[in-house]
Amino acid sequence: MPSNLELGLYVFMLATFVGLEVIRKVSPLLHTPLMSLTNAISAISVVGAIVITGAEGATLLSKILGFVAITAAVTNIVSGFLITDRMLKMFKKRGEKK
Amino acid sequence: MMAHLVNYIYIVSAALFILSLKWMNSPASARRGVFAGETGMLLAVSGTLLAQNIHNWTWILSAFFIGTAVGIPIAYIMPMTAVPQRTALSHACGALAAALVGTAEFYRSNQLHQPLQTFEMVALVLETLLGFLTFTGSLMAMGKLQEVLPQRPITYKHQNVINFTLFAIAAGLGVRLILAPTDMWIFPVFAGLALLFGVLLIIPIGGADMPTVIALLNSYAGLSACAMGFALDNKLLIIAGALDGSSGLILSIIMCKAMNRSFTNVLFGAFGQVQAGKAAVEQRSYRSASAEEAAAILDSAGSVIIVPGYGLAVAQAQHKIRELFDNLTRRGVDVKFAIHPVAGRMPGHMNVLLAEADIPYDKLSEMDDINSEFPQCDVALVIGANDVTNPGARTDKTSPIYGMPILDVDKACTVMVIKRSMSPGFAGIDNDLYYMDKTLMLFGDAKAFVSEILKELPARVGA
Repeated sequence: MPSNLELGLYVFMLATFVGLEVIRKVSPLLHTPLMSLTNAISAISVVGAIVITGAEGATLLSKILGFVAITAAVTNIVSGFLITDRMLKMFKKRGEKK
Repeated sequence: MMAHLVNYIYIVSAALFILSLKWMNSPASARRGVFAGETGMLLAVSGTLLAQNIHNWTWILSAFFIGTAVGIPIAYIMPMTAVPQRTALSHACGALAAALVGTAEFYRSNQLHQPLQTFEMVALVLETLLGFLTFTGSLMAMGKLQEVLPQRPITYKHQNVINFTLFAIAAGLGVRLILAPTDMWIFPVFAGLALLFGVLLIIPIGGADMPTVIALLNSYAGLSACAMGFALDNKLLIIAGALDGSSGLILSIIMCKAMNRSFTNVLFGAFGQVQAGKAAVEQRSYRSASAEEAAAILDSAGSVIIVPGYGLAVAQAQHKIRELFDNLTRRGVDVKFAIHPVAGRMPGHMNVLLAEADIPYDKLSEMDDINSEFPQCDVALVIGANDVTNPGARTDKTSPIYGMPILDVDKACTVMVIKRSMSPGFAGIDNDLYYMDKTLMLFGDAKAFVSEILKELPARVGA
């Protein structure tokens, strides 16, 4: 059985290549929304923060750090997805109406 | 049962995240991309909440509540000109979240007397190092973009030596932590140094380099989330972090190429030094024109390429430009916009600003696509852009921007430049374009001048 580290490195390597290929195809027109979208997506770190905060017998320190981390990550998720959508709504072809 | 199920949910989420970025390849499918991302996030978060035997619900739910309450107004109130600041802020938030989770994980393992494995410690050290330095670094970038901090590079003697030494000490402490994870006293010192290094890394970087810096910090924030994935053995975090990291990397490479700079040059070069010895500029002659003359030239043109720069956004002239675009288009003039990659304050920023003013995105052309069209174009109208139009970048080897890819504005039949005065721009470099015989300087505020041109134009309908 490969170790967690090996598996993790495989996943990391493949995800990086997928990321490079997919991002390369994004039109420069949309680079700003792209950045706010990837930002929202990487706020998936909220999952780690939830696990830390919600662990049984978490210390007060854990809870406080986790609380701040969840707040920061959720702010990113909410504002990131919403502002990306708000920007994308502005991109219209000629003659297209709102 | 649920504990196993959540792993499958994570796989679906990861696929949705990849699709989400894939759909960003065209404005037609991009909003579907956002939806895919939201779905992936919702699945992952609810899966985690249901499956992981979660306690302390009050803490978690109140954090969710506060985050949402802060996030919604940010998304809707933030003006589009301030999007770079918001992006910097969100890099700071993301990095802070990763760093704090790492910190909590470190103290927990010590408190439970379950030392982390070496590779987990490596991941944790990387996570907190990148997280803390990106946190303060992004705050500094935000301060510069918001103009709370001076835009000019802040430099002092032996800056690079001091920064490097500081980073070396932080890295050394990190290694020490990996070897001796129970040495609790090291951690706060290590974290403090990382925070300080983030500040020192960004303050010497000038406002003009912010697009690269933001993209680079984006990459760091992603990598720090990725390291968290290794520390917590969570593949979804590794994938999402790697996607974010590679996105930031690609964008910063694009920005560097667009300015013909290298990473090291942006980070350690202190662009400000270029300004020295630029004072002695000889007086050269140029031609200027009034709004009436400019309107007459635009009226008789068959094709116009507008070259917007950040100065246009500063003057809040986007909507006036749209009116000019509409007016000329109605007369059958072919109007396009030439967007240099560093035209705004972050990658793609100018496109968003013009799209907000209802300019159709199929009229926004990238540098490589439009450069071949300048020689056939009747009028190139430069508004608020300077260095990206400087032909000296092609020919003058002594110019600090030599080699930077530029828009070939000088090849158009007639060039008109709206500018406040002849004073050199942000980087302090004189622009040969302004002294060419075919160039007309239109002096004034971008918004006011375009309004005046518009006033002159309707009078000519049918004349």
